[in-house]
Amino acid sequence: MNFSETWREYFKEVGAISQFTLRFFQQSFKPRNEWGEFIRQCYIIGYQSLPLIGLTGFIMGLVLTMQLRPSLIEYGVESQLPAMVGIAIVREIGPVITALIFAGKIGSSIGAELGSMRVTEQIDAMEVSGTNPFKYLVVTRVLAAMVMLPILILLSDAISLYGSFIGVNIRGFTSFSLFWNLVFDRLEFGDVLPAFIKSFFFGFAVGIIGCYKGYFSSKGTEGVGRSANTAVVVGSIVVFFIDLIAVQITDILGLN
Amino acid sequence: MLDASPDIAPVVKKNNRISVITIEHLKKSFGTNIVLTDFNLNLFQGENVVVLGRSGSGKSVLIKCIIGLLDPDQGQITVLGKSILDLNDDELDQVRVKVGFLFQSNALYDSMTVRQNLEFPLRRHWMKVSQQEVDNMVMEALENVGLEYTVDMMPIELSGGMRKRIALARTLILKPEIILYDEPTTGLDAITSKEISELMVKLQRKYNTSSLIISHDMKCVQLTADRVVVLIDGKCWAEGSFEVLRHSEDKMIRQFFD
Ligand SMILES: Nc1ncnc2c1ncn2[C@@H]1O[C@H](COP(=O)(O)OP(=O)(O)O)[C@@H](O)[C@H]1O
Ligand SMILES: [Mg+2]
Repeated sequence: MNFSETWREYFKEVGAISQFTLRFFQQSFKPRNEWGEFIRQCYIIGYQSLPLIGLTGFIMGLVLTMQLRPSLIEYGVESQLPAMVGIAIVREIGPVITALIFAGKIGSSIGAELGSMRVTEQIDAMEVSGTNPFKYLVVTRVLAAMVMLPILILLSDAISLYGSFIGVNIRGFTSFSLFWNLVFDRLEFGDVLPAFIKSFFFGFAVGIIGCYKGYFSSKGTEGVGRSANTAVVVGSIVVFFIDLIAVQITDILGLN
Repeated sequence: MLDASPDIAPVVKKNNRISVITIEHLKKSFGTNIVLTDFNLNLFQGENVVVLGRSGSGKSVLIKCIIGLLDPDQGQITVLGKSILDLNDDELDQVRVKVGFLFQSNALYDSMTVRQNLEFPLRRHWMKVSQQEVDNMVMEALENVGLEYTVDMMPIELSGGMRKRIALARTLILKPEIILYDEPTTGLDAITSKEISELMVKLQRKYNTSSLIISHDMKCVQLTADRVVVLIDGKCWAEGSFEVLRHSEDKMIRQFFD
């Protein structure tokens, strides 16, 4: 494939994903909401991701604290350790790392699930059974990802802060209430809100890309594998792009 | 039976037989890959027609066009008196209720139990069926294929032949007037293939359905076909009874039998 062909492929893909997103919004407002499937997906996408998100969040907070301590000691501001870690986690690291792990776990599983449903004709079977497969499979999963990721991020932030508390206490002693006060002295609403809002977009992006890749999976088992794989790769890249756009917006709005 | 409700268009008749599926000048291609060039077919009421063709010849494309899963490029498809290319979603769904489709890969929903699989076609929003009726329909469908005991199992726990039977039960649960079979015996061993073919014949007699069967398993063709249509080069190459075609001199037809 030569250079111009690569670009043509790229723009074709962007166009197709945009079209898929548009279809998502059109179908969301059509009647017959699949509540049962939505709840089931919330359970799978949200609840079943908790252990992973909790574990990684805890380690992230702990490690970040231990890594930052020497530098802060050097500058003589060791007492600012909780505040710094708090801001780093809530504003940036928590949402982005959680979204990336989410893209790895949920993006790939949605891509593989819908992909195998496509190649084994289950999506066609739904259609001839009078159930709109786009509403039943895509809309429910995207909405569930969009609702559950922000919640997972908030929980992950909290667990990370707890990890950080442990990290602070590995050397020296800080009581939990003092730690908490130090974190929330610095943390403002303007730090939390943009992070919370962008996490909806992260969830939406991971969900829609996973669904797109699976829904249009090519025939054969290798097609399913490719769907799962590209869902993770594209989903992760898009998470970073959304992050980049979000920081520009908060910058312009003076929320920094 | 064709019901006489007023919204049914005049039925298509040919030589005084009622044609439940009429396909005229069907053309379909994917990009530069021309699959169907000019395909014509009539399926008459109560008849079993087998479409014989090599793999990749467009057999699945053909029946997916009939049920509206693929849109043809040109041509006319009439199913039970309705030109399915002109229908809106709800009207198309009304036709689909009367047409069962047995997918080549069975298309059982992996994440659902056998019961939920069978109930799936009954969840149409305009269908008002009580739980008692649903249970009865599920059990009747399972009885038909002799697998009542699998009702709470997951598809993954079933053998290939059992999956095919469950898929057949799901296809039959709404008592369709027409059944489309996409390679019903491909991938099964010889004994299971024969069982499935016999089951198809038995159920067709019981419910008096018309069927269009896609196959290249000659045992299955011999057991099920009233008439055989050979699909070569995207069109109807030859047609006749199994016995007539078996003794054909045509090289292209011989290759299916040798
Ligand atoms: N959705 C599709 N997109 C592009 N090409 C397709 C599609 N479905 C089928 N084809 C092509 O149409 C041809 C016939 O396929 P098919 O009807 O599945 O063959 P078979 O007779 O084995 O069932 C093949 O060359 C296949 O690649
Ligand atoms: Mg096929």
